[in-house]
Amino acid sequence: MRDEKASQPSSLSPHPSSRLKRLFSQLRRERRCGFIAYVTCGDPDRDTTVRIVEELERAGTDAVELGIPFSDPIADGPVIQAASQRALKRGTTIRDVFAIARAVRDRSDVPLIAFSYLNPVIRYSAERFAEEAEGAGIDSVLLTDLPVEAAPEVRGALRAHRVGGVFLLAPTSTDARIKAVNRASDDFIYYVSTTGVTGARKELDPALLSRLDEVRRKVTKPLAVGFGISEHAHYEALRGRCDAVVVGSAIVGAIADGAAAGAPARAAAVVRGILDKPPAAP
Amino acid sequence: MTTLPDRRGYFGEFGGRYVPETLMAALDEFESAYRKLRRDRSFRRELDDILKNYVGRPTPLSEALRFAELCGSFRLFLKREDLNHTGAHKINNALGQALIARRMGKHRIIAETGAGQHGVATATACALLGLQCVVYMGEVDMARQELNVFRMRLLGAEVVPVSSGSRTLKDAINEAIRDWVTNVRTTHYILGSVLGPHPYPMVVRDFQSVIGREALAQLRKRTGGLPDAAVACVGGGSNSIGLFYEMLKHKSIRLIGVEAGGRGPNLGEHAARFSGGAVGVLHGTRSMVLQDEFGQIAETHSISAGLDYPSIGPEHAELQRTGRVEYYNCSDDLALEAFHKLSETEGIIPALESAHALGWLLRNGGSLKGVVVVNLSGRGDKDVPTVAGMRDEG
Repeated sequence: MRDEKASQPSSLSPHPSSRLKRLFSQLRRERRCGFIAYVTCGDPDRDTTVRIVEELERAGTDAVELGIPFSDPIADGPVIQAASQRALKRGTTIRDVFAIARAVRDRSDVPLIAFSYLNPVIRYSAERFAEEAEGAGIDSVLLTDLPVEAAPEVRGALRAHRVGGVFLLAPTSTDARIKAVNRASDDFIYYVSTTGVTGARKELDPALLSRLDEVRRKVTKPLAVGFGISEHAHYEALRGRCDAVVVGSAIVGAIADGAAAGAPARAAAVVRGILDKPPAAP
Repeated sequence: MTTLPDRRGYFGEFGGRYVPETLMAALDEFESAYRKLRRDRSFRRELDDILKNYVGRPTPLSEALRFAELCGSFRLFLKREDLNHTGAHKINNALGQALIARRMGKHRIIAETGAGQHGVATATACALLGLQCVVYMGEVDMARQELNVFRMRLLGAEVVPVSSGSRTLKDAINEAIRDWVTNVRTTHYILGSVLGPHPYPMVVRDFQSVIGREALAQLRKRTGGLPDAAVACVGGGSNSIGLFYEMLKHKSIRLIGVEAGGRGPNLGEHAARFSGGAVGVLHGTRSMVLQDEFGQIAETHSISAGLDYPSIGPEHAELQRTGRVEYYNCSDDLALEAFHKLSETEGIIPALESAHALGWLLRNGGSLKGVVVVNLSGRGDKDVPTVAGMRDEG
């Protein structure tokens, strides 16, 4: 079936990242704050990751970041570091991430964002990565150590395969950088809520809300906020101020907190807890 | 004189700035502070005064007559960076950056360390200048460089053990970057080698280039001319670039960098980036990196903690590409042999790092003539327990 798709002229297939465009315009229409979930692929194993994504969707997740584990994740806190180590120990590679994406894509239209660091991508070759990402139904790519200045290194390959690119803004970003990131990000901008690494936090950065309003006035693309978000109160504080929230460590931590068989349900419970939705009927 | 890096921090295709967005503003701030201060008379006077009256520069240039006999038929001079205060070349950079940090109003300093020499140098600079100091160090390195851990604590630094990954230098840098991302507004990261995002490879090189500048002047006085070859060990590459930088323009000087050959040629057994590595991005810079086919960073091995690192300074990658500097490697065993030989023939116990340069000469010195200068980048006191332990086992 995939061969059929590949044999079609490229102009006939929809821009893959149009799934994200559709999502964000729908969220604005519904005046709803979206929920983006991060999972480390291959933790606890490939098949469980596929099942986790399915349960995350059922719990109200609007888009999924598929984390490609990297040996030296400098932007990640202890929870995602440990998950990456476990996934790598099991032998998870970029090919497994594409396999997970294909399995999700076979049954769902949920937007998928590959989330990683630059080295695994350039080692694989940006060209081959983009081609296989497109084939696997991945909509966009976010590389935490690829600043907007260096975007051209992967941009050509991604564009050629109609895969989008997402860039980050941080509390320390200058106005010039905000402008450049707004221009370079295809589908949305990822706003890092606080100076620091990924990881669930009890409280939001006290400066976040006012800073977020300020950044929002300066950008035209949808804005997703991540890092530290782990509780319903955080979601309540942020809805209305951004287009979506991103939750990673809280979900990844729950996945690791028990047997693999229960991981999808535990991940889903985190989403429901943050959205404050009652659990689905058994 | 070379004008690299370019404005964006590249040495040819190597270098650059690949870090989380949160750090970009701090790197800009550091770069502009540095560019301003390096032309600032009062800053240069302050640094020169400390280098002379506190560090003990210029360091001597010792002719090694008896060791040279073991290597071949050339005159051998050792640039005695081991005689700097704190026992290695690392202090040249640590003090320079600490002075910049103080002028930027950043009173908290973080650093990574492998062998502990950069950690000790940074802790020393912070004690001198009244700055708070936190040093990240892998648990494996803490065990093999216990003495330096104790020294850092004596100097008032907090030493934070790093238990992730291979628990060596690479992981200490990861943890230092994570700290910096978190505390970037109040903290300056004193990176210890010509690694990391722009402007570090340039700044560290500039502070270390005093080594080669002094050596050339001393050699001119002693031998009446330029050396025929210069040899230095290469971990991240700060002592070697320090020796080579002023010599790059003198095309007659053969420049030789020696990497850690470890205990074998397979991935994981050594830290020879040019024979086993591929282009990659690690710790903010594009260079030659030891990694697997999927871009996961490889573990490395070297008897010397200071060379035990999977990437190499981006300027070295460019100098290797152009052929201006030749790179070879030296095994653990050969470095150990040189460690003993220099001690016995010259009364100088070298750091195991520097012993790699000497080991290469022991085996390959036959091809050299005239005048050769080696950077004796550090003293070996820190390595005495490691070497003594091996003797016991052997």
